[in-house]
Amino acid sequence: MEITEKLKADVLVIGGGIAGLMAAIRAADNGADVLIAEKAHVKRSGSGATGNDHFLCHVPELHGDISVAIKEVANSQTALCGEGEMIRYHMENAFDIAREWDDWGIDMKPTGKWHCSGHAFPGRPKIWLKYKGHNQKAVLVGQAKKRGVRFLNHHPTLELLGDASGIAGAILLNTKDTEPSLKVVEAGAVIMATGCTTRLYNNEATPGWMFNQAYCPSCAGALAQGWRKGAAMVNMEIPNRHAGTKYFARCGKATWAGVYRYPDGKPLGPFVTEPDIMYGDMTSDIWSTAFTDVMRKGTGPAYLDFTGLDEEGFAYMRQGLISEGLTAQLDYMDENHIDPHVHSIEFQQYEPHIFSRGFDVATTGATTVPGLYAAGDVIGNFRGGIAGAAVFGASCGVNAAQWSSSHDRARISCDDADIARCRQICADFMGRQNGAAWREANLALQQIMSDYAPAAPYHTRSASLLNAGIKYLGALRENMLAQVGTQCSHTLMRAMETLDLLDVGEIVMNAALERRESRALHQRADCTYTNPLLSDKFMQIWLDGNGAIQTRWRQKRA
Amino acid sequence: MPPVIDRALCTGCGTCVEICPLQVFRHYPKKDKVPVVAFADECWHCNSCVLDCRQKAMRLRIPMPFMMLHIDSADLHENRAANATATPKSAGQK
Repeated sequence: MEITEKLKADVLVIGGGIAGLMAAIRAADNGADVLIAEKAHVKRSGSGATGNDHFLCHVPELHGDISVAIKEVANSQTALCGEGEMIRYHMENAFDIAREWDDWGIDMKPTGKWHCSGHAFPGRPKIWLKYKGHNQKAVLVGQAKKRGVRFLNHHPTLELLGDASGIAGAILLNTKDTEPSLKVVEAGAVIMATGCTTRLYNNEATPGWMFNQAYCPSCAGALAQGWRKGAAMVNMEIPNRHAGTKYFARCGKATWAGVYRYPDGKPLGPFVTEPDIMYGDMTSDIWSTAFTDVMRKGTGPAYLDFTGLDEEGFAYMRQGLISEGLTAQLDYMDENHIDPHVHSIEFQQYEPHIFSRGFDVATTGATTVPGLYAAGDVIGNFRGGIAGAAVFGASCGVNAAQWSSSHDRARISCDDADIARCRQICADFMGRQNGAAWREANLALQQIMSDYAPAAPYHTRSASLLNAGIKYLGALRENMLAQVGTQCSHTLMRAMETLDLLDVGEIVMNAALERRESRALHQRADCTYTNPLLSDKFMQIWLDGNGAIQTRWRQKRA
Repeated sequence: MPPVIDRALCTGCGTCVEICPLQVFRHYPKKDKVPVVAFADECWHCNSCVLDCRQKAMRLRIPMPFMMLHIDSADLHENRAANATATPKSAGQK
């Protein structure tokens, strides 16, 4: 496969979502020549493509001391994998970014003043700033352009260049044209911001329809590519399962303001008995398995009921759904006469995805590999949604620019072993015109993950299941490399994604094998207890220079 | 399948092809001004193509398995009222 161009940048940002754009903006502000390599198009890529309406934030005039807001994070669904130091850094910096976004034209004060609602317990402080994020990508792209950031749209990254002693650049696939070709970028520092990883498990809502996802189903790559260069990951073994409307998979449970009820009308949880737009119903946040439990026990289904909401409340909710980017769902509801005034909507738990699990980073965004930074949904020790992506994206931008300006850059030769290997795989796939479709490999991966590294509830893992799963993933990889054929740049991109997903599956299985206890949705049939001695620790997992998997427990930073 | 283009309205500007996060469309303007919905089952129903089409030539057709399950809220409240007024059985009553 031909390499058509060799590019240079001080800072290469992989993925132009919220984290990537904020990283690019800050890196450019700090004097770096910045290139964003984006798989799709920066204006509409990533899980924030069409909007968001909640921004995790400490607002001094609402909360007073920062400790008030930090305490609330500890009570929330974002706490499980969060690290104290990261939470504090986030809360210290998020409000500055909220004010900056407001100045740039993202309406962070739709009611005219700073105002938080949703994801909140009645009577407790609210820490999610309600905003109108429908234009967030366009605004951030405009700010990046103003600073001279270069964009390379339709260029997914296939591989990082360099090694565990330092990152030197990346190989990109040009998917703009039907005929695929490659580009090489030499960079002083690289920021990974490709978003969360989906398509790893059987689709829970609509089996076989792997793109019916709450989060963007195209976002994959960074974890596998960083892994292959030796970057340490954390929390990969702790599954995350989102919940939302059934069967139309979508995020936004805090934007819907109702009460979850059993079919007999009783509320599921103890928090609200009437809809309250200020709080939502926290039941789904803190009892994450609720919707699976009610089906399994036969007491379901569970519905979100809006009865009692006044017209102002319905208008507030509808605007929230637009700001959150759920216009496709609203159009569907309007066309099908589904009206929250008179209808209750069934909710369900979705399959596991890799969201806020992954790179073990410092507050600088630095991974364990020199010159490699990560932000957004790919980091493993903090979950902050859009606000987290903005804060740590910004931090990465500042620090990657400094790194690039203070370190010598490695020169990349086209004889590089990684480039040769990548070209060979692409050539093999493209040369096999009657080969197996990438989708076969992806579905095979999903069934192995769902059977051998399943997530709770009602599914357990064990050493024997995980060891078998690891063996089967190895067999699948061999089959894939020997059989998959692609016809154009698009299907080649999906096949290369599937190879990356295989790596992610192997990380999950090996990390799950090493965590010999049960915790949250990681349930081990052979270690059924939760070990309190591990509560203050993260397990790092990484690939050493000899290709062997290593693990180590480290203390969480307070 | 999800995106449906109205040929009468489409001017072939290529915006949908450019911005789709899942690269669902391909465009061969020399053959046809209207883009091809090439990978329909990879649609994430994000609505970007609908929002960004200046001609309003795009709509999404949501596949049948994605149907949004719902009931009349009145049913929930009738059940609730019926349960509340039911006479509780006393201890020992069969």
